[in-house]
Amino acid sequence: MQYQSQAVARPYFIAAIVLFVAQILFGLVMGLQYVWGDFLFPEIPFNVARMVHTNALIVWLLFGFMGASYYLVPEEAETELHAPWLARLMFWVFLVAAGLTVAGYLLVPYATLAKLTMNDLLPTMGREFLEQPTITKIGIVIVALAFLYNIGMTVLRGRKTVVNLVLLLGLAGLAVLFLFAFYVPDNLVLDKYYWWWVVHLWVEGVWELILGAILAFVLIKVTGVDREVIEKWLYVIIAMTLITGIIGTGHHYYWIGTPKYWQWWGSVFSAMEPIPFFMMTVYAFNMVNRRRRNHPNKAATLWALGTAVMAFLGAGVWGFLHTLAPVNYYTHGSQITAAHGHMAFYGAYVMIVLTIISYAMPMLRGRNAANSNRSQVLEMWSFWLMTVSMVFITLFLTGAGILQVYLQRVSATPQPFMAVQEQISLFYWLREIAGVVFLIGLVVYIASFFVGSRDPEAVPEVTG
Amino acid sequence: MSGTFTKSMARNIFYGGALFFFLLFVALTFDTTQALPKRDNRAAITPEVALGKRIWEEHDCIGCHTLLGEGAYFAPELGNVYTRFGNSKEAIMAFIKSRPVQGIPGRRSMPQFNFTDEELNALAEFLKYSSEINTNGWPPNIQG
Repeated sequence: MQYQSQAVARPYFIAAIVLFVAQILFGLVMGLQYVWGDFLFPEIPFNVARMVHTNALIVWLLFGFMGASYYLVPEEAETELHAPWLARLMFWVFLVAAGLTVAGYLLVPYATLAKLTMNDLLPTMGREFLEQPTITKIGIVIVALAFLYNIGMTVLRGRKTVVNLVLLLGLAGLAVLFLFAFYVPDNLVLDKYYWWWVVHLWVEGVWELILGAILAFVLIKVTGVDREVIEKWLYVIIAMTLITGIIGTGHHYYWIGTPKYWQWWGSVFSAMEPIPFFMMTVYAFNMVNRRRRNHPNKAATLWALGTAVMAFLGAGVWGFLHTLAPVNYYTHGSQITAAHGHMAFYGAYVMIVLTIISYAMPMLRGRNAANSNRSQVLEMWSFWLMTVSMVFITLFLTGAGILQVYLQRVSATPQPFMAVQEQISLFYWLREIAGVVFLIGLVVYIASFFVGSRDPEAVPEVTG
Repeated sequence: MSGTFTKSMARNIFYGGALFFFLLFVALTFDTTQALPKRDNRAAITPEVALGKRIWEEHDCIGCHTLLGEGAYFAPELGNVYTRFGNSKEAIMAFIKSRPVQGIPGRRSMPQFNFTDEELNALAEFLKYSSEINTNGWPPNIQG
């Protein structure tokens, strides 16, 4: 750690991991409800578990992005953070807001929560992923503004690197696009049209800039490859991301009341969305192969390579599977969508946050560069457990999806939704088992922070 | 990447490409906005439909169901539920009203929301309006 103020990242990373645990536990509850319909009913209905599962994910990724920024921006800018106190204050504001929101989901019926938080004054609740009470959304905006101000001032004052500029651009885009969460017209088509400006333009747009910047930072650090080379790759990758991804939003505009031409725009451009992810994989492996030093933190390198590969598979390949309009006509809103969502979020965003945590946390905890060997071995076990089980979760959901689409939509005698769900329950059971393995991986991951923390630091291998 | 392709060229492609395709997206959005009145059934948005949409939102229906294919995949698609229930608002209202408080042993069940008749009617109106949006022929069949 080169600058004192980088230390503010630590609580952000810890909160991220705590919410990660909550996300997975509620994921397992939902998975069980798929096959054991009245599990925890009516105390925790499926929709409540799902809100906790998805909202915890979004919030812990945001904690991760903020922690990553507070860690890497001062180091890149070669100056202390503009206002460390503001970062610490905003941490508590965000944590309390997140905690109260989750408590609200769990303790009272959603309609009561809407009343308590006066949703009537500015109705924004009840849309997928944006279920937070309006007051929470306002809180998110305040936290985001304070965060952007802090990071922006730091960047302005210090060295302007490409990593910092791209990161700042991504974060500013994240904040601006979130404002569409406040636009909820009565017209369902308009509602859906602009809802995607938050959801799609986040995960298939500006978040990829954040992903690219964090990955570039870690690759510069662990490989020692010349910054010029990495920054050039970064520009090309994010150029392809936005060139394909912005018009690629059209793949959500096939069946929601929007004009038919979106089937062409959406299909053609979103079919190219895997390209930047493929480039990212080639680039990550290239940089590691051309490394000029052997960094002692092997776990961080593993996460960095893993995120490139899994983002390509989850976002790229599984996205492409159902992105063409004639295919999507049958797969839209099925378990195929769920399969893609799981691997894409894990590969692109969960893993990039775990990459920066893996890289930064040893220094934040007083190490010079890396954890002990024992700790790293455990962390790498958790990498494989979580990643392989996520591959299986995705495969089982894909199996469920193919059967669902056939039985409900393709066959000559289409069957009702619930009848089909019963016939594919085997796949849901298998998914739940894979989910339990994921939880075991997560427990091992957390254990890696405590095991071997008194052992001496790992030393880099000498290559002959 | 060879030496002839410089970082500043990459940067220009990024800024130029992003700006161009963003403007194209805005232009397409403008065109879509012009085309929507003929497709989105906006003439049917009465105060009841608007109330129905609010009730839909404030009970997080999207947390289990899909609507025009978007939402959660735990419960049936509702964009065409009006037609699936035989073009009958009464059937929709009766279904929602009759959900058991304690659920159905071993099976998925919709919660009992204790709606008033006015709320039930508004919800059914909202679902009827949704079913009449021009969705380019989606879903493929009545099962949603």
